[in-house]
Amino acid sequence: MPVQSPISSVNDFVVRFANVNGSGSASANEMFARSILRHGVPVSPRNIFPSNIQGLPTWYEVRVTEDGHLGARGGVDMMVAMNPQTWDKDLASIEPGGYLFYDSTKPMPASKFRADITVIGVPLTAITNSTYTDPRQRQLFKNIIYLGALCALLDMDPKLVEQLIGEQYKGKEKLLSSNVHALHLGRDWALQNLKCPIGLRIKKADKVGDRIFIEGNNAAALGAVYGGATVCAWYPITPSSSLADAFTSHCKKLRHDPETGKAKYAIVQGEDELASIGIVIGASWNGARAFTATSGPGISLMTEFIGLSYFAEIPAVIMNVQRAGPSTGMPTRTQQCDIIACAYASHGDTKHVLLLPEDPAEAFEFAAQAFDLAERLQTTIFVMLDLDIGMNHRLCRPLKWDDARQYDRGKVMTAEMLDDGRDFGRYLDVDGDGIPYRTYPGTHPTKGSYFTRGTSRDRYARYSEEGSVYADNMQRLVRKFETAQDMVPRPLQANAAKPTKYGVIYFGSTAPAMDEAIGLLEANGHQLDRLRIRAFPFHSSVASFIADHDFVYVVEQNRDSQLRSLIVNENGIDPVRLVPILHYDGTPITARFIAGAIGDHQDQLKLTPLRKVKS
Amino acid sequence: MTYIAKPKFHHPGLPKNDLGFTHRDYEGKISTLCAGCGHDSITASIIEACFELSIEPHRVAKISGIGCSSKTPDYFLGNSHGFNSVHGRMPSVLTGANLANRDLIYLGVSGDGDSASIGFGQFAHSIRRGVNMTYIVENNGVYGLTKGQFSATADRGSKSKKGVTNTDNAIDLVAIALQLGASFVARGFSGDKTQLVPLIAAAIQHKGAAFIDVISPCIAFNNHAGSTKSFDYVREHNDAVNRLDVITGRDPISVDYAPGTVQVVEQHDGSRIALRKIDADYDAHDRVGAMTFLQKHAAKGQIVTGLLYVDPESDDLHSHLDTVETPLNTLEAKDLCPGTTALDRINASLR
Ligand SMILES: Cc1ncc(C[n+]2csc(CCOP(=O)(O)OP(=O)(O)O)c2C)c(N)n1
Ligand code: SF4
Repeated sequence: MPVQSPISSVNDFVVRFANVNGSGSASANEMFARSILRHGVPVSPRNIFPSNIQGLPTWYEVRVTEDGHLGARGGVDMMVAMNPQTWDKDLASIEPGGYLFYDSTKPMPASKFRADITVIGVPLTAITNSTYTDPRQRQLFKNIIYLGALCALLDMDPKLVEQLIGEQYKGKEKLLSSNVHALHLGRDWALQNLKCPIGLRIKKADKVGDRIFIEGNNAAALGAVYGGATVCAWYPITPSSSLADAFTSHCKKLRHDPETGKAKYAIVQGEDELASIGIVIGASWNGARAFTATSGPGISLMTEFIGLSYFAEIPAVIMNVQRAGPSTGMPTRTQQCDIIACAYASHGDTKHVLLLPEDPAEAFEFAAQAFDLAERLQTTIFVMLDLDIGMNHRLCRPLKWDDARQYDRGKVMTAEMLDDGRDFGRYLDVDGDGIPYRTYPGTHPTKGSYFTRGTSRDRYARYSEEGSVYADNMQRLVRKFETAQDMVPRPLQANAAKPTKYGVIYFGSTAPAMDEAIGLLEANGHQLDRLRIRAFPFHSSVASFIADHDFVYVVEQNRDSQLRSLIVNENGIDPVRLVPILHYDGTPITARFIAGAIGDHQDQLKLTPLRKVKS
Repeated sequence: MTYIAKPKFHHPGLPKNDLGFTHRDYEGKISTLCAGCGHDSITASIIEACFELSIEPHRVAKISGIGCSSKTPDYFLGNSHGFNSVHGRMPSVLTGANLANRDLIYLGVSGDGDSASIGFGQFAHSIRRGVNMTYIVENNGVYGLTKGQFSATADRGSKSKKGVTNTDNAIDLVAIALQLGASFVARGFSGDKTQLVPLIAAAIQHKGAAFIDVISPCIAFNNHAGSTKSFDYVREHNDAVNRLDVITGRDPISVDYAPGTVQVVEQHDGSRIALRKIDADYDAHDRVGAMTFLQKHAAKGQIVTGLLYVDPESDDLHSHLDTVETPLNTLEAKDLCPGTTALDRINASLR
């Protein structure tokens, strides 16, 4: 094996913690990520966890990235190997020249290590056992002790870590001092017994700015609070449960009447997804802003009601935090695999609005906007998150709100309008935009009532199975969907430095990896214009972007190129012009992967001359 | 056009209620159900109950699932909003509607196919949540709209029109509603309006989950010998425990029934139910007693009707969630949005 010099890098490396689910390591690992942020150095952490509660392997990866790349990088520079079960796999994932940090209490044969990495042993068990008698304390403080040792090894400022511990245990003095004590135990041991610091280092910088560090689910839940959601009905499912939990805790803090203490919201844990979406539809029909949070299997169950929302034109907001499918698939792994299922959910001819946020800040904005859109368009709006943005902390711009903003309740005919003699036909296209007026139940003693049903009816909501009446309604629904095109967030385009014949389309959580991949591709001489799609229906600029390029790569995290299919289907584009770049093993897509796949294709384009086929 | 409007002719001599409304003001479209269908009698009873209570028709939201029974909300209270949702899912839609606006009256109409099979879960959960509603199941023991299959409330041993014997046990929705904590549980018979109208009126006045199972024979598919949901069978096996009068809060109470056989129940809103007890031993305040009574009579092939259980101290889902008195659907950005100051604080806590 060639001699490998240890990796040397300041503020740009990946540390991965391998732990056992239930060992209490999560908070220490998160504290590690936050401490680096406090040094002014951006991080991008990812939770990699199994779908069980205790005993199975979990990983927490912290990408330290002074350049601010928030996608996953791939590869591990330092492995904190705390799980014997996954030792071999963990060892193998370390980059050549990387570091292995392990508990050296029990001696291990040399065959258990690799020659091309630096091995750092700290007798964690021995230290904890000699300090603590209680087994749970031994377990928990072991995590803080390795955090302390890492502080010394990576040259981190212990004061900043202490400050964080202080914030976490504010008011709980005993816990605070015992945690700080454990931190110093680890740090002191490392300083006295190891060569500190190693090649990987944290150096104070000023690269975080005013950005915040938040999970997408939390941000979307805040979006629902700010967007005026008053009814939330949901059923537990990974990775969306934390969205409903966050909505609950924000409402508890922000939505109680100061005088009476009563709640200005209603949250119901439904008996299943059928009931959850039913409650949302009932509440929205009656004029409240309502939403549910779910994931793929929940969407499957909701489709009959989604069809009702489309056809009977009842607002609904569904926050879909996607995970790997089909069926139970990989419940704790990420994908962007519900695009087709949501765009065309339910039987019969349907089309639904999808919003595709790239990060927590957009998750907040789109979640709030979804309620305006649902009421303006009187239909289901999907906010399409995924596990990668939903359940991981991301650095993003601070959440913003305009206090002058009013909720847009869409076309609602009031008692006054009815008294003024306005013609009310529930399915009448008065403005030519396909969007009819509705009335809320209880509006007027004699005018404006109608019967809502999923069965065909005429413009005045009178039951009718007349073919022409049905077709007229279906055509209006198409008009409405066309109107939606200009209401939803537009795609964002960024052009390459030089004119190019190639473009790339991407969306959602792929964005940070894509942004980074562009740099890698440019370094290899590949120029690409970029279009980030932010919603379905597609804005006309999507078709013109494709028309402007010879080839357009469509990068997505599913097997069947679902976004590409949707573009082909909705815009009548020749599929040959759209080259799929697909990543679907459940891990977040990386810049390395995108740059590799696009680079290969570009090289092929150049290397393979068109030959005439001899007849 | 398949829709039929009722002629707008009002007889000047029609009786009026406190609001000055006549029965016609409580009617809807002309029924398209089979002539003689029990469901139409229930529609008539709902109209009568709402008329007697002087309810403003437009303050009612009438929600149903899918089935012949679920079509009926179109046939009453034409000035109110109706919602024919999806098969078996009326309870969730009603729950959502109720959460959005606690000020309306919620009437859920369902069939036994709708509520005891595909919607069994939703039925159960809306009851256990204590949604403030009147939940009526128009129970004919068959699937009417899909032409006569047994429903889950068909009694074991009863025969279909084609002569097939049902070998499955029946679900008694009344027993289930009692077990699930409904605070008002009753059974009626579509052929006995005298008993049914006050049951519906009392249920509407009741705060919380009020459930009424109404045996409603299906003329087309379940009114033959061998059916336990036919008009003849129910008339022969009906065992009424009580009859009631509903007295709204405004009226002074004046009932003069034989002592020992009348029980006056005062509800949360001041309305009173005078229970004329036919079975002198029957206590409508005893949930466990009601369950036992029901089982004993079912074993003898009897169908117990009347107000089987009422909790006058009941509360509802809004009380459980402690929501504001103002309907949630009227809250605006100024009431709901925490604003930039709060958001700045949140941003700061996330650094
Ligand atoms: C999801 C779904 N499955 C099946 C049906 C077909 N369907 C319509 S009505 C009905 C049963 C109605 O029976 P019930 O609720 O007892 O009402 P009835 O017609 O007897 O009054 C069924 C199965 C449907 N509409 N939707
Ligand atoms: S089929 Fe039966 S339930 Fe349906 S309308 Fe006719 S009689 Fe009534």
